[in-house]
Amino acid sequence: MRLLIGWIVFFASTLAYAGLPVQHWQLTNGAQVYFVENHNLPMLDVSIDFPAGSAYDPSTQGGLANLTRRLLSQGAGGLSDVQIADGFADVGAQLGGRFDTDRAGVTLRTLSNAEDQSAALALLTKMLSQPTFAPSIVEREKARVIASLKEAEGEPDVIAERAFQKAVFGTHPYAHRESGEIDTVTTFTGPQLLDFYRRHYSAQGAVVALIGDVSKTQADAIAQQLTAGLPPASLAASTVIPPVPPLTEAVLKTIAFPAKQSQILMGQPGVARGDPDYFALYVGNYVLGGGGFDSRLMNQVRQKRGLTYGVYSYFMPMKEAGPFQIGLKTRTDVTEQALQVVRQTLADFMAQGVTEAELTQAKNNIIGGFPLRIDSNQKILEYLAMIGFYHLPTNYLELFPQRVAAVTSEQIKQAFERTIYPDKMVTVVVGAAESIK
Amino acid sequence: MRRWLWVGLMCCALPAQAAVQQFELSNGLTVIVQEDHRSPIVVSQLWYRAGSMDEFNGTTGVAHMLEHMMFKGTKDVPDGQFSKLIAAAGGSENAFTNQDSTVFFEQLQKDKLTLALKLEADRMQNLTLAPDDFKKENQVVMEERRMRTDDQPQALVYEKMMSVAFQTNPYRRPVIGWMNDLENMTVDNARDWYRRWYAPNNATLVIVGDVTLPEVKDLAMRYFGSIPSHALPVRKPQTEPPQVGIKRINVKAPAKLPYLLMAYHVPELRDTPNDWEPYALQVLAGVLDGSEGARLGKFVVREQRVASQASANYDMIARGPGLFVLDGTPSQGKTLAELESALRDQIQSVIQKGVSEAEMKRVKAQVIAAHVYQRDSAFYQGMLLGEYVTDGLPVSALTDEVARIEAISPAQVQAVAAKYLVDDGLTVATLDPQPVTKDLADQPPADMHNLK
Repeated sequence: MRLLIGWIVFFASTLAYAGLPVQHWQLTNGAQVYFVENHNLPMLDVSIDFPAGSAYDPSTQGGLANLTRRLLSQGAGGLSDVQIADGFADVGAQLGGRFDTDRAGVTLRTLSNAEDQSAALALLTKMLSQPTFAPSIVEREKARVIASLKEAEGEPDVIAERAFQKAVFGTHPYAHRESGEIDTVTTFTGPQLLDFYRRHYSAQGAVVALIGDVSKTQADAIAQQLTAGLPPASLAASTVIPPVPPLTEAVLKTIAFPAKQSQILMGQPGVARGDPDYFALYVGNYVLGGGGFDSRLMNQVRQKRGLTYGVYSYFMPMKEAGPFQIGLKTRTDVTEQALQVVRQTLADFMAQGVTEAELTQAKNNIIGGFPLRIDSNQKILEYLAMIGFYHLPTNYLELFPQRVAAVTSEQIKQAFERTIYPDKMVTVVVGAAESIK
Repeated sequence: MRRWLWVGLMCCALPAQAAVQQFELSNGLTVIVQEDHRSPIVVSQLWYRAGSMDEFNGTTGVAHMLEHMMFKGTKDVPDGQFSKLIAAAGGSENAFTNQDSTVFFEQLQKDKLTLALKLEADRMQNLTLAPDDFKKENQVVMEERRMRTDDQPQALVYEKMMSVAFQTNPYRRPVIGWMNDLENMTVDNARDWYRRWYAPNNATLVIVGDVTLPEVKDLAMRYFGSIPSHALPVRKPQTEPPQVGIKRINVKAPAKLPYLLMAYHVPELRDTPNDWEPYALQVLAGVLDGSEGARLGKFVVREQRVASQASANYDMIARGPGLFVLDGTPSQGKTLAELESALRDQIQSVIQKGVSEAEMKRVKAQVIAAHVYQRDSAFYQGMLLGEYVTDGLPVSALTDEVARIEAISPAQVQAVAAKYLVDDGLTVATLDPQPVTKDLADQPPADMHNLK
């Protein structure tokens, strides 16, 4: 594949995009429902999210939120883990999940015929309202999480990402690694997971998203069914996440690793969702490193010099300021050169801003590509869930192209000046580390 | 957007999917059209029947290298312009190479299909292949190899396993090529490859989306119709001789955990009306690993706790020979030998005791549902069509798959397990983790000596 990284970043860009008949209502228990009716295919996609991501891990219990979500499907309402998995498979339903620093959730794709759909939803309801957290199963899943954490200690890209997250977020909860640490995960017990579940999975904070072959009446009934047995709001913990403090000085973290390539990550806290500068930053970042072969970073590091397979930059807006990151991999003996090119490209971008030609190209791609971002039920479900979780207006997608179209080069320059501080950035190099300054 | 809504509300009955349509231009270009009017978009995929299996020793990786060069310009569309033009139209483009084929694709608003086809037709015949561009892109591809294989222990194990499981068939060579071949590759190698394989009679154009057959016919004729066909080289079968005993390979690489891969030689789908074994093997993979509650998840991961993860894979669509692959990571305190033995026990259990009706029903339900779900993605529909046609199968085989799977009996699943999952056809590859700590880095491997 010619460009894996750019492709992933393109689809993983966290913004969503306009123009869908989104219906929104609130249940009496407080849950928010977002729905798009679509009968093209005989199937239903549904998800439910909670403010129960890794930012809510107590500071000494990294990984608690992740393990809690993971255990929902590992035994519930008198059914074993295998019975739950078999139950979904018997009707061809597919269970999935979401987890990041803010959010924990589950997704379900099922055929929409009455029999299969109700069987799948009944299982999902049990998972959400009666998870067992049986001690023996908790121990087994802990061991599996620990195995993957241990494996990650041998993967230079994960080592780099971990060092980056720690250096950018310091003591802020966004520094919590999603799956936790080996030392903390080892200590968890069933009752601790049950307690976290009770305090973070109430209907009050739940967002139910649905798209597919059901009516609004059915969607409402499904949302009620899924949320009826959730823990009471009276137990709910605070969902506040403190603001992310800015970095005060440049940090260079080098880690030696016996690999053919060095992993380079640079960045800092970016912006929160809803930040007034967001659209200017998003469009500007297309030119810097978000736009694949249209971007300056790709042009300078790959096209002109052949130093990397892929280089990117992105803003990941979260409830509070999520990361701004530039990343690339390069063979060890040109690590320093590649890093210099990236730094110079960023410095030039900050000093000059974008040209009108670059701005036009960025807008043409983002606006012209809008229909591709909502061309499947799966993609639309993700947007519904995001709109709901971050309290964005239901016409957010409709407004998106207009907001992009309105961005000017001056706004981009100012937004980057307000947000990005190249002299106070974190730089992580894993691989050939000794020579880097 | 409005159209999407309108279609959504109008189609209250569950519509049957429009039939796949196929035609051929007089120069041999095959065109497949799947109309899908759910969304005002179109996917274009141009499949060249030339992958790493068509390469020769010494120039491995040239198929993939040419894929990269296809973005480096023609006389009319200079370097960088292909991507720029597609991006300006709001589209995305990319390409991939595998053992069987090289595929170029664009995803666009439906009225931009013209642009994609015009550009694809241009680079099918007018590629520049400038030596300077080749030199830089060759560096990029070597970075890609380091990223995907050399620094990925499990990918390295897979690469070594393939080179041992196959000793004569070209599937033994990595798609991205051996590093030494990449280092010694020239622009002439790429040019030879381009002349040999890039022709309308060696390609299939797959279009999925909000378009009509007459519209696609018209565009295909206009842009590809005048490209001359040329004689294609004879492809030798290079059939792998039967394996006559178990093979083992151990791979040392910096890593924290060991890893196990087990691969058995199995057949692929060739004669669609008559072959049943590939379908039975696909059901077998489902019985072992179709869901978390399937046999590997239930017994090996959950009851015995021998593995922290274990999976089984089989893909019945390929131009070359097939493998049925199991892999896994041993749990803390368990050895690779214990994991291998646990996976073998599962295979023996199928061979000796067969599979239950409940398991059969479950796997079939998953296949039926998957055939509905795959219609949610225009791109994925195109992928399936392209794979079938490139591998020489009729598109009807794709629609027949559900019926063929439903017809498989428990006895047939047991039979293919007994026939193929035997030691004489087995290759076992293991990862032996080496230290990743600084102590080792103090004695750097050869290519770290360049550091100042």
